[in-house]
Amino acid sequence: MKALVIGCGRVGSSVALELDRLGWDVTAIDEKEDALHRLGENWSGGFVVGHGMDIDVLRQARIEDADAVVVATDGDNTNLVIGQLAQKRFNIPTTIVRVLDPARAALYKELGLWTVCPTSTAIETLTQAVNSSAAREEVRS
Amino acid sequence: MYIVIAGGGKVGANLTRSVLDLGHEVTLIEQRHDRFGLLEEEFEHRVQLGDATELFVLERAGLARPPDLVVAVTGDDEDNMVICQIAKEHYGVEKVIARVNDPRNQSHFDLLGISPTISATSIILAMIEHEVPEHGLIHLLELRKENLEIVEVQLDADSPCVGKQVGRITLPPGSRLITIMREGQAQMADGATELKAGDQVLAVLEVGKEDELKDVLLKNR
Repeated sequence: MKALVIGCGRVGSSVALELDRLGWDVTAIDEKEDALHRLGENWSGGFVVGHGMDIDVLRQARIEDADAVVVATDGDNTNLVIGQLAQKRFNIPTTIVRVLDPARAALYKELGLWTVCPTSTAIETLTQAVNSSAAREEVRS
Repeated sequence: MYIVIAGGGKVGANLTRSVLDLGHEVTLIEQRHDRFGLLEEEFEHRVQLGDATELFVLERAGLARPPDLVVAVTGDDEDNMVICQIAKEHYGVEKVIARVNDPRNQSHFDLLGISPTISATSIILAMIEHEVPEHGLIHLLELRKENLEIVEVQLDADSPCVGKQVGRITLPPGSRLITIMREGQAQMADGATELKAGDQVLAVLEVGKEDELKDVLLKNR
């Protein structure tokens, strides 16, 4: 199974490494050549330098053969556009898009894009953590 | 009309001034603080500070009314695409106009159904092609919805079609000659018209058939 990871920052590089460990054939794309360092010295997967909105770059990374595409550059709007390209132009069955803004993540989910919002997850986790610790205090007192 | 303009750079600012002069109600959205300060001096309450791809910013600008028109003219194509999508899909804005900064992104706007689009680069390029007709075939007009375009072809003595009647030329399917410009006079291209060197021929054709048409009209094989 082949996966493309677009945006090889903190999140993208870890996803790429983890998928590689799980046996996926992974190609990472990043604008900066330096991002390759994040994948470590033993990286045996693919790496393409370029912008994810550039069709030539996507083709170079063999997007046509991909079973899954993960979009995690540092720009929400860039991710939303690249995600829709993967979904609508290249018909990738599993296209997952990282979106930091909860409002846009929810809106595009409604429009049929698989968005993942780490901000919403953080908000939920923090709120629940505080709330459950308060509940424990109440039980103790 | 109520118009929301996203992006207060040179294009957005001049556009705001022009549509205000036409008597329309306008809200301009700009996210850079320093630029916003300048715009506020001129446009006062008609300019708002914020990222026009954020829903609360758009709502503050009255997207829920909704506006008659949203114009996305920021310097980032991905932002312009997202602004237009949110306006159409979420707020039900009926008309959007988007600026394309990098012509290579045109197909992305098309894929997402964002139309009409305006690209200064493409317009200037078309004009250069018109002024320097080295390619032999000049794009005059693209009819995007119809998937047709109108081109002009300049015939010279080497053109294989010169001396033939229009009716006897095998044109690629999906193309037609419209008119022939000869010595400053335009005439309709009917089957009996004989083509001559120096003719400027107008043709309508399906997008993507340029090379086939060039083979028939221009290339001597």
